[in-house]
Amino acid sequence: MPDKLTDAQADATRRERSDRRFASSTPAPATAEPRQDGRRPAEPIFDVDDVHVYYGEHKAIRDVTLNIQQNEITALIGPSGCGKSTFIRCLNRMNDLIPSARVEGRVVYHDEDLYGSRIDPVQVRKRIGMVFQKPNPFPKSIFDNIAFGPRVVGMKGDMDEIVESALRRAALWEETKDRLKTNAFGMSGGQQQRLCIARALATEPDVLLMDEPCSALDPISTGRIEDLMMELKESYSIVIVTHNMQQAARVSDKTAFFTVELDDTAKHRTGHIVEYDVTDKMFTNPEDKRTEDYVTGKFG
Amino acid sequence: MAAKAQTRTSVLPQPSTGSRVADAAFRAVMYFSIAVGFVGLGVILFDIAADGLPRLSWDFITRFPSQIIPERSGIQSAIVGTLYLMLICGVLVVPLGVATAIYLEEYADRSRWFNRLIEVNIQNLAAVPSVVYGILGLAFIVRGPLSIGRVLLAGGITLSLLVLPVVIIVAREAIRAVPPSIREGSLALGATQWQTIWKQVLPGAVAGIATGVILALSRAIGETAPLLIIGAAVSPRFNPSGLFESFTALPIQIFAWTTDANREFVSAAAGAILVLMVILVLMNSVAIYLRNRYEQKW
Repeated sequence: MPDKLTDAQADATRRERSDRRFASSTPAPATAEPRQDGRRPAEPIFDVDDVHVYYGEHKAIRDVTLNIQQNEITALIGPSGCGKSTFIRCLNRMNDLIPSARVEGRVVYHDEDLYGSRIDPVQVRKRIGMVFQKPNPFPKSIFDNIAFGPRVVGMKGDMDEIVESALRRAALWEETKDRLKTNAFGMSGGQQQRLCIARALATEPDVLLMDEPCSALDPISTGRIEDLMMELKESYSIVIVTHNMQQAARVSDKTAFFTVELDDTAKHRTGHIVEYDVTDKMFTNPEDKRTEDYVTGKFG
Repeated sequence: MAAKAQTRTSVLPQPSTGSRVADAAFRAVMYFSIAVGFVGLGVILFDIAADGLPRLSWDFITRFPSQIIPERSGIQSAIVGTLYLMLICGVLVVPLGVATAIYLEEYADRSRWFNRLIEVNIQNLAAVPSVVYGILGLAFIVRGPLSIGRVLLAGGITLSLLVLPVVIIVAREAIRAVPPSIREGSLALGATQWQTIWKQVLPGAVAGIATGVILALSRAIGETAPLLIIGAAVSPRFNPSGLFESFTALPIQIFAWTTDANREFVSAAAGAILVLMVILVLMNSVAIYLRNRYEQKW
């Protein structure tokens, strides 16, 4: 975490990351990035190995194993109740907030198991930001919404610059620069959601988790957020849960399809991954019949 | 034309006579209930005002009570005692009540039996008659373990215990009204649970808490029974000069005058009631103002 954030330094960080990406000697699999002009996939940022999540006695998701790549957008799709949100909340330990929730398996992030005994969930969430389904600005000014994160994590530096930089990265600066002191509740829904993205970026995370970030927004606001995601993946890794398959097809590099099955007593629903692959393949030539049925709208 | 219109069946039929009568009857019952409340209150107010208004004067407020001459009697020591009680009560009850509410709402695991026990007990304590708190104060504070005597602090602690459950319940409601999405948003930014509570939850709940505290304090200063039991002084001609001095309060003074053998003190009691009611109306107005001005709409 940089001590002092300026635009120049943020740019430097981005350059360094893209240098590292281009310097990577790993040859890209031919199919890995067909939509990205010449960009190479970077190293995995999350290595999720055999994760099971329980709420009390009830198993919510089982056997989730997948790698999430750096500087890519990874979409999680699937019918309601299939555990997409449960899974994305494993990635920054938000499930800790539910007393009955229990996570088994390993979620390795930069060579560290997030569920290791010495890991502080607060530190995890500083590095892995999250944007929620419904915009949840704090009942404070636009400025204070952005500044809250940097203040609580103890970031040093000029708060005006930190706030401006975060708003610029979320493409919100031009709309808000003259009303930074006004209450964020006065913004439109789309602006509020971009404010929440800016707020998450202000603490300089390297992953952004987005749990259905556009489900409460109109198509124009949705388009702006999708554009924003395409820009942000230059500097961040993004995992997005979405019900909107067009959205997954438009923005994501990889897509994971979750589905849900009833257990023997037909009382509980347990989600699991059916297929995980490059987005284009998932939408044009999926391996599994269930994926094909889902993405073509025959099911779900 | 008219006959034709009558034979046509409407797609939107008129309400039946039965439902119209039921509707009217229900309205009548509601108006009657409201009238009972208003008329009752109006009669009491009028009766007290008729007796007490002539007594209201600056002299009445600044003089000390007299045991002998009703018309020279005043309520200075009662007002000062009531204000001190309110202050002690506020100082004790706000941190204890808010901290308990935070624990129960933000930390307590409801699957643990002792947390459920605390919850049920607080609900029950809020319904315990105030005289019982008086007995508690007498047995444990005035005498017994604390043995501090019949002093101002004993009265303040007793009233604090009396309103503490109410403050806890109101503060919990205010804290619960802060949506979970705010907590999630804060925690997802890397804030600790305590930072989230201190910087997001409490600021969002402060208007509700303040309103509840003021209403609880206004209940406390109207209480008579617990103060009578722990032995507030009657008609003292001095103000309490410290926490460990004897004291009186407006309800005690009113009680003393209404039970006085000399009926001329009744008008003084009515005047004191008016003063007490003005204080209560002021406090409730502040509570309403705070609620309207600062309440967070989510």
